[in-house]
Amino acid sequence: MDLGLVAQYTMNGLMLGMMYALVAVGFTLFFGVLDVIKFSHGDVLTVGAFTALASFIGLQSIGLTSDAVELLAMLVAAIGAMALLGALIARAFILPLRSAPALNTLLITLMLGTVLRESVRLFYPDGANPKPFPRLLPADSINIGNFNLRLDNAILLTVGALVIVGLQLLLSRTKLGLAIRAVAQDEETAKTMGVNFNAIVLTTFAIGSALAAFAGLMNGLYYNEINFGIGLYLGVVGFSAAIIGGLGSIYGAILGGFLFAGLQTIGAVALPFASAYKDVFAFAVVIALMAWRPTGLIPEKLSERV
Amino acid sequence: MARSANDARRSLLPGAATLVLVTILLIILLRVENQKAIIALLALSVGAVIAANRLGLLKPVAHSFSEREDMLGLLAIVAMLAIGAVFHEDHFVLLLVCTVVLYTVATLGLSIQFGYAGVLNFAGASFFGIGAYTAAVLNQHTAIPHLLVLLIGGLMAALVGSLLLLPVLRTRGHYAALVTIAFALLFKTFLEVSEVLGGPQGIQVRGMTILGWSFNDNIEIGGVELSFYLNYFIMSMIIVVLAFVLVRRLERSWIGLNLDALRLDETAAGCFGLNIVRWKITAFLLGNFLIGVAGTLHGMVVGFVQPNNYTFADSLVLVSILLLGGIGNPWGVAVATVIVVIVPEKLQVIQEYRFLLYAALVVVVLLFRPEGLLPRPVRRYFPGWQP
Repeated sequence: MDLGLVAQYTMNGLMLGMMYALVAVGFTLFFGVLDVIKFSHGDVLTVGAFTALASFIGLQSIGLTSDAVELLAMLVAAIGAMALLGALIARAFILPLRSAPALNTLLITLMLGTVLRESVRLFYPDGANPKPFPRLLPADSINIGNFNLRLDNAILLTVGALVIVGLQLLLSRTKLGLAIRAVAQDEETAKTMGVNFNAIVLTTFAIGSALAAFAGLMNGLYYNEINFGIGLYLGVVGFSAAIIGGLGSIYGAILGGFLFAGLQTIGAVALPFASAYKDVFAFAVVIALMAWRPTGLIPEKLSERV
Repeated sequence: MARSANDARRSLLPGAATLVLVTILLIILLRVENQKAIIALLALSVGAVIAANRLGLLKPVAHSFSEREDMLGLLAIVAMLAIGAVFHEDHFVLLLVCTVVLYTVATLGLSIQFGYAGVLNFAGASFFGIGAYTAAVLNQHTAIPHLLVLLIGGLMAALVGSLLLLPVLRTRGHYAALVTIAFALLFKTFLEVSEVLGGPQGIQVRGMTILGWSFNDNIEIGGVELSFYLNYFIMSMIIVVLAFVLVRRLERSWIGLNLDALRLDETAAGCFGLNIVRWKITAFLLGNFLIGVAGTLHGMVVGFVQPNNYTFADSLVLVSILLLGGIGNPWGVAVATVIVVIVPEKLQVIQEYRFLLYAALVVVVLLFRPEGLLPRPVRRYFPGWQP
């Protein structure tokens, strides 16, 4: 295989990995503060992507044509709306069930995800079919041998990396980040130290959901198409990535995201059967990984009190 | 002695009356075509149930179901047969009733997993589909007797389920949920890309034939023509009765006790010497077997299988039925299946929105009545036993 093709696949893998990592980081954040898995996370991503698309169409209809302004507006609309939605979900459905059995939280977030997914399918105009997503980034490309580096992909990758670095700085350098880490480490102690538990939980859910919205927008810009099922798929993959890396650690989630994308790319390129089976392969890998390392490559520090 | 017989009769009465009322309601609901009339009927019955609850009329009913379960079970069978007899020439209604009955069987399987052992399974529809596809392939390419195909369908579902055993056993809670969700997505994608199994278009399933008796021919008795679905209806009833008895006996036995202990506290159960792995395997495979058998027969009833019938959303519908009915209560499962399957079929307005409605309904149930419509009662080792 020649080098250009390898570079092409690597680029593709990196893009996928960035999206997975963004989703996985959300799962890890939620798990950190509340010890819950929010299965509706992926569908928040879908709603985010559709919000972006709707605001694009809205802007078009009032006659705005500047790509940059449109993109910025889409970003703000999607991120703002999803941050709100994430906080709302936490407030209305997850916090009230804190004392209920874990199964109930699991079911309520699963069903909530279905409500979101079905709402997009039913109430977005013609939402059951894939929707074209506008191409808003410059589509120039640089040819290096066989390798064709598209500018829009490079931009997406860079911005994605910046978002992750920004999140990392937020968590490690700011007072808010300190509070989030404190709540994740020990809820009781954090409360005694004057951390507003509910506010921090809601903020964390808002941040995580905003990341999902960003990933949704990225997905749309990369594939130039979105459908109501992307969230379910990205949610499962993102969760697997978070688990592969070990829940509760941001680095683990990022690592897991890229690792998973790598596996998938290898599956698509190097395996003997048709590439139609690449999703089957990806999910089989998820299941196999769960069997091999039930709580991730970097397991959570677990000592069960009975 | 005379007094106890009197007591028995008295405790039987509320349950029997409820059964008769529900049966009549069902027959009317299935007969009526006018959409407005259906909405009125549904509103009326919801109102009646709420009113009965307020007036304290539901307590004696619950009491009579726990006291005289065997008798009422027989009555329920008679009621179902009566429904079958009323609609003896109506293809559509009989197909609907068959679907209800087979979904009940599948949900009973899920209830062994979720309700007793606490093993999560969010791929119910996939195992249902495994059964159906087994029927399609075996009926097409082999001459295996169709009763045996039912059994093989169930075994196939259990066999494929056993591939998931290792991850299911090693994981807990949310992690275990992921395993089955991933499997549900994998299974549907696999069906869509597999050319042998017909891809997205699906394949035909040949109807059932037992000893030369073809289930797909209309029956004629004394000049009265009966719908061929009546064959499948009888077959489904036999299976549901067997499944119901199995689940009931299982719950009442020491196996059920072990499974309950396992669900309530795995660590404590292990400390008391229960073999956790063994009972989890038993519950998971037995549940999948039931789901598979139901799926196999359902495939033959419908005569056609395609990937879109066995999606993750359908698996969630099965879980919704379970939650709505009350986890671990087979009667609740039966009632919830009737609601979940029949209402959207009859009420065309909500047909398209059914997944959304079920999901929203479950969210509401979880927030306000987490134990379901008919909560699981305290285990009774034999009828009339007071704990």
